[in-house]
Amino acid sequence: MSERTDLLIAIADDELFLGWRNSEWTGIAPFLEEDVAFSSIAQNEIGHARALYELAAAELGTTADELAFDRTPDEYRCAPLVQLRRLEWARTIARHWLYETADEIRLAALKASDDPDIAGIAAKMDREEAYHRMHAEMWVDRLLSTEEGRARLDEALDELWPYALGVLDDELRPELRRRAEERLGRELPDAEPVSRGAHEAELAGLWEEMTMVRRSAPAGTQW
Amino acid sequence: MIYEVFRQERKGQPLQHAGTVEAPDERFAEIYAREQYGRRQESVSLWLVPREAVSEIAEFPDEFEMKYRRVDGYSIKARLREARERAGTLEAAPGAGDTE
Repeated sequence: MSERTDLLIAIADDELFLGWRNSEWTGIAPFLEEDVAFSSIAQNEIGHARALYELAAAELGTTADELAFDRTPDEYRCAPLVQLRRLEWARTIARHWLYETADEIRLAALKASDDPDIAGIAAKMDREEAYHRMHAEMWVDRLLSTEEGRARLDEALDELWPYALGVLDDELRPELRRRAEERLGRELPDAEPVSRGAHEAELAGLWEEMTMVRRSAPAGTQW
Repeated sequence: MIYEVFRQERKGQPLQHAGTVEAPDERFAEIYAREQYGRRQESVSLWLVPREAVSEIAEFPDEFEMKYRRVDGYSIKARLREARERAGTLEAAPGAGDTE
């Protein structure tokens, strides 16, 4: 493992877990059009995870599938924000917006990388994430437009803010706070970030489900 | 709000009706149409039209059966056959066995 593969895998894990969590709305989203759109966005995140795993796998002499599914739960490097299971729409939107905003800051930094592969993949991802951001922004506006929506969003933000900070490295966190407070028109809690490396209780359950089919088949099975 | 969605598959082709999306406003409609009609790279352009912006014409009375004004109301086959019979070239003509 190099610093480069650590970085790639951490971001890939974020995208894989968020994609998986968002896909938990498939079939039960608030209405049909949203169901289709949010499922499609979830699939997109998993596509990004695959591209990032492939880049890491090439360096490590393994495959994207092995990186995605053959590690133990403790080995995943995703931010705790994406591990949480919060099947409640305001929290889902709050997480979606917080993650996309943090991701935008992270991608901007990666696009400036000296490593052409990393800069390239970040630029590609950013072009697609732009539509995820549009979706998140639209929902934030929708929630902010009514008193009930604002209250629900605020409650979700209070809970998730320390986790959102944990998506980014120290030096990028102030920028996330600045953007979030400006956009949301409120102060966010002065809390200790829940950083990468910590594992929420829900991670094990998701890992069980995510790897179940693969573990049920003998090693080397061709899909 | 219902939006009618028109989809262009390749540049230069006409936009064709693809279906609808239901959305609270145009911003939602654009996101939903993009995901429903564009995520598989099946479109190069989408048009969204609020259903109420569409004027529909659905009645075409033809009380006197003016068949001669329809494209299919004027059968040329029978006339061709008669002409060929007169000219004595019926057997040689393509489609000579046609009955109409």
